[in-house]
Formats: sequence, structure tokens, C-alpha cells
Amino acid sequence: MKPIPGWADVILIPLVSVLLAALCAALLVLAIDEDPVEAMKLMIDGTLFRSAGWGFMLYYTTNFIFTGLAVSIAFHAALFNIGGEGQAMLGGLGVALVCLFIPWPHWTLAILGATAGAMVFGAIWAAIPAYLQAKRGSHIVITTIMFNFIAAALLNYLLVNTLKPVGSMDPATASFPAATHLPTFQDMAGLLGFEGMFRGSPANVSFFLAIIACFVLWILIWRTRLGYQIRALGHSPSAAKYAGISPTKIIIVTMLISGGLAGMMAVNTTQGEAERLILNFTEGAGFLGIAVALMGRSHPFGVFLSALLFGFLFQGGAELGFWTSIPRELILVIQALVILFVGALDNMVRMVVGQAFHLVGYRRA
Amino acid sequence: MDFLTILQIFDSSLRLATPLLLACLAGLFSERAGIFDIGLEGKMLAAAFLSAAVAAITGSVWLGLLAGIGASVAMSLIHGLASITFRGNQIISGVAINFLAAGLTVVISQDWFKQGGRTPQLQGGARFEPINFPGTVGSRELDGVGPLGQFYSELLSGHTILVYASLAIVALTWWILFRTRYGLRLRAVGENPAAVDTAGISVVWLRYSAVLICGVLCGIAGAYLATALQAGFVKDMTAGRGFIALAALIFAKWRPWQALYACLLFGFLQALALRPDVIEAAIGMKVQVQLLDALPYILTVVILAGLVGKADPPKAGGQPYVKEN
Repeated sequence: MKPIPGWADVILIPLVSVLLAALCAALLVLAIDEDPVEAMKLMIDGTLFRSAGWGFMLYYTTNFIFTGLAVSIAFHAALFNIGGEGQAMLGGLGVALVCLFIPWPHWTLAILGATAGAMVFGAIWAAIPAYLQAKRGSHIVITTIMFNFIAAALLNYLLVNTLKPVGSMDPATASFPAATHLPTFQDMAGLLGFEGMFRGSPANVSFFLAIIACFVLWILIWRTRLGYQIRALGHSPSAAKYAGISPTKIIIVTMLISGGLAGMMAVNTTQGEAERLILNFTEGAGFLGIAVALMGRSHPFGVFLSALLFGFLFQGGAELGFWTSIPRELILVIQALVILFVGALDNMVRMVVGQAFHLVGYRRA
Repeated sequence: MDFLTILQIFDSSLRLATPLLLACLAGLFSERAGIFDIGLEGKMLAAAFLSAAVAAITGSVWLGLLAGIGASVAMSLIHGLASITFRGNQIISGVAINFLAAGLTVVISQDWFKQGGRTPQLQGGARFEPINFPGTVGSRELDGVGPLGQFYSELLSGHTILVYASLAIVALTWWILFRTRYGLRLRAVGENPAAVDTAGISVVWLRYSAVLICGVLCGIAGAYLATALQAGFVKDMTAGRGFIALAALIFAKWRPWQALYACLLFGFLQALALRPDVIEAAIGMKVQVQLLDALPYILTVVILAGLVGKADPPKAGGQPYVKEN
């Protein structure tokens, strides 16, 4: 394979992959007798040219930042955490218990408590697969998949039998007390004098929590001893071991952080948006974290950018489903294509880009 | 609880175990050759849709079955291209295939049939019909034939051809893997591809062949779901069966006969989940449906943890093979 410059590896390869995915999606839209240009226009109009569109986009982005960071930190230790979905579900349970059973005086305290609850529950759900990987060598991909299904069954059981208010038919908890409700972008814009901005959209303060998480994770990965150990283990387990790093400890700690991050997604969905715990609130965001992490090259800033892109796609897809006969499941196809090109067919894209650089005369210095 | 109720539970266990078994054997071929496949779910889903769609349009279930196999094999080829030719990450490729199938099936079925992501109900020749063995009696006359007759009429007879075929495929899989030269090579390429390469046998071709067999079997599994177990395709109709099959594969430690037992066990759990009244009558207390749903996964984690016998996957599983140069 021909060498490519470092910047192209970080920027060009994901970009080419996304363009390839977009091209395939456009062909699919053509194949079902719709106009891809018109569809794209509709997605942009409905998302970027309306403040409520931004509100929905940033709401989805918040989820994807958390789950994307969760997958990324695990990638740095060469672990594949495919269990974000289940860890987020448990995170939702943590948020619900904290919000329902502790009388919070104000949302500023409640969000701290809920974040702690989400992290602890998410981390616990990641702890068992992590322990089994570190101590018993059980493949973490398989165990985390299994734990997604176990989490779904557990949540289903709790919502149907235990947490559902008496007399309610809906498998959901009672609504959280008003003091735990998070200010939405609409509330905040109102305070600043922009009444009516972001009307009816779910984006809320947990977006800023996600930004903070990006920043903290960047420091953790590249500016701390633990981050160094995580990356060392990911690059070469034998070298890390020789340097005195305990693989068992790093695997478990990394997965605890990863599960905690995935769980934090629930602060946005459960405390911020639904204001109660409902079934299936994760809506596949846990899996989408894989696409986000792959495209963001497991770097917190990259994760932020690709979470924005997927936030746009999700909101745009909803617009398509609303205004055209293109089902919103088109987004699943785009998501699949992005994962395919950025992740699985990475070498193919790399080969083409490398060949192109070779043709214009690039040689490794 | 009478004998007939038990027979009915076993009968529905067998029906529910069939798609699991076919997908599980599909995964067995792929993983024995060293290609991890978490895209069983997506392949089944694609096959379920296209088989139902083609059966609905042509009225022929056999054409539907062929189309379903075609859809699943196409997905397999993507997996092969990504994980064999381009040496990509097999897990990521599997995740992509699951999403691709979940999205494409709804987008295309909406375009073709405009019924909210489902196909029309299949009738007559567009479905696999149960085969009744000679001398079986209808459900109303079952009381008069004694336990042996009930066993024959209710459990052995009256399934679609795919159910019997899947049982035959278990034996065939065992024979291919452990009694043929191809099977020996297939197992070798999953354990030590370099050795196979040294012997002058193509690793790439062997792995592609395994991935294609996997596609064919997933195709039959998906077609069974949409044209035999149910009468048409509905969105996300595989409902995690591909992952239960994966769990069964690990539970069976990548062996065909054990795969049959694991799938029958998991099918039995699914059948029980449909009859909570029977469990209550049998053990005198209510068992939560969610526990039955989660049990295959919990059992698999226990096996993976090595608490009850250790499940070791093929050694070269998940790693792309790079020829020395």
C-alpha cells in the first residue's frame, strides 16, 4: 500500500469515506424514485435554517458525543465496547433512581447527582464484561453484546413490574419532580431575551456536559499517566506489560470509564428530554457511538465533529420521513455505509487515496 | 398439565429453534474458518425481506427462498470483501451489515409495497406449507389416538420442509467438517492459516467459501422466518434471533450436534415465554417472561466466563491473514 501524509490520514480518509457513503445513499434515493438533491436540500433547510432544527440536532449530538467517547476510550486500549446500548440503558436506570428518590432542591444539584448515578450504573454494567475479559479472557465483544440484551430484559422487567406507578398502563416510571427538570435551549434563549428560539426542541444543558466530557477525556488520554498507560496497552500489550503496566487493571479501569460515559447519555435523554424513564429510550445511540468513534478517529474533537454530523443526519432523516415518502430508516443505511467505509473497508479507501497521492508524486519523507 | 400440552410446547420449540439452528450453523462455518460474524442478524433480516417480497410478487415460495438466499449471500460478499480481501475489522463489518439490512429492508419495502415497511400477507403457494406424514390425525381427533399417535401427529409430523431440512443440515455439517478433506482444511484455516498456506492451499478461497456457505444458511433461516414461521415480512422481524444464534454457537463451543441441542434449548425457552400459564402450572410459581428472554444470553456469559466448561473460539478467529512476502 502506498504511504499517505499524516494529515490525509486524519482528515481526508474520513471525508472520502463519508462522500462515498453519501454517494451510495444518493443512488439508493434515486433508485426509489426520489430526488437526492431535493432530499439533501430538505435535510439542510429543516435542520440548519430553523432554530428548532438546531435544537433537535444538538440533542442527538449530545447523545452521540457520550456514546462516541465511550467507544473511543475503549478503542485506545484496543478494546471493542459494543455494549454502549446496554450501558446507556443502565445509566437511564441510575438517572431515574436518583431523580425519583432523592428530593433535589435545584436542577444544578440534580444534574450532578444524576450524572453520578448514570456513570455508576453504566460503569457497573461494563464492569462484568471487563472483568471477564481481563481475568478469564472471554471475548469482550461477545460479552458486551450479551449484556445489551440482558440490560434490555432487565429494564423491561423493572419498568413493567417495579418502577411503573400504580394504575399506569405505560411501561415507564412516574415523571421526575419539577426541581430536577433541566433548562432547555428554549429556556436559556428566553433568559437571554430571544423568546421563541429553539421552540419545542429537546436540546438542554447536558449538551454542555458533553462538551466538558470531550475536554476531560482529551486531557485524560493525552495528558495523564493513566491515559498513557491505556494507549500503551492498546498499542502493544506485551510492551505495556514489560513496562510494569497491569493489563488487568487498565482493561477494567478503561471499561469503567467507557461504561460511565455511555451511561451519561441518559442525563440528556432521561432527565433532560423525557423527564421519566421509558422503554427503548436509547434508540440505537449506543451502536451509533461506534460510527462516531470510527469517523472521529477516537479523538475527542473528532468525536465532537462526527457527532455533529450524525446529529444533522438524524434530524435531517426525521425531516425526510415527515415531508417525503423516504422513510427515516434511510439514516440507518447511511450510518451502515459510514461504518463500512470508515471502519471495515478502511484499507480500501486508504489504498485509493494512497494511489492518488502516489500519482501526484508524494513519497514518504 | 397433560401429555398433549407438553407435546405442543416441544412442537413450538422445534419451530422456533429452526431459524436459530440454521443461523447458528451458518455462523459455525464462518467462525470455524476464522471469520467472526456478528452480522447473522442482518443477513437473516435481508433474506426474510427479499424472500417474502419475491414470494408475494411471484406467488412462488421457492423463488422467494432463492431470492432470500441471494440477498443474504450478497451481504456475505460484503463481509468477505471487507474482512478477507481488505483485511478490515470483522466486528465492524458485522455491525455495518446489521444496520445496512435494518435500513435497506424498510426503505425498499416501503418503495415496493407502500405498507409501512411490511410485505403483503403471503397465502397458498407463496408460503411453505406443513407436511403431514401418512396416517396423522387432525388436532380434533388427537384425544383418540393414544400417546404414541399424539407424539407422531403433533410433534414429528406437520412441520414445513425447512424444519426437516435444517435437521439434516446438522448431520451434513458434521460430516463436512469432520469427515471430508474440505472440512479439515476449513477447520485448519480457522486455527492456523499460515500452516494451510504453507501446504499450498488458498486461505482466501477457503475463507470465502465458508463465508458464502454462511450466507446460504442465513438466507434459508431468514426465508423460513418470513415464509414458513410467519406469513410475510415485518420490519425488524428477526428480533435478535441472529444474536441468540451467536450465543448458541458459543454455548455449543462451535460444534454442530451441540449447536442443535443449544438451539433446541433456546427454542424451548422462547416457546415457554409464549406460554406463561404452562410454567405456572408446572412449577407452581410465575416466571417473568423477561427472565426467559434473557436466559440464553446469561447462560452464554456463564459459559464464556468458564464457570461451567470453557468456550475457546477458533484460534485465528477475527484476525485477517497476511501472507508473508
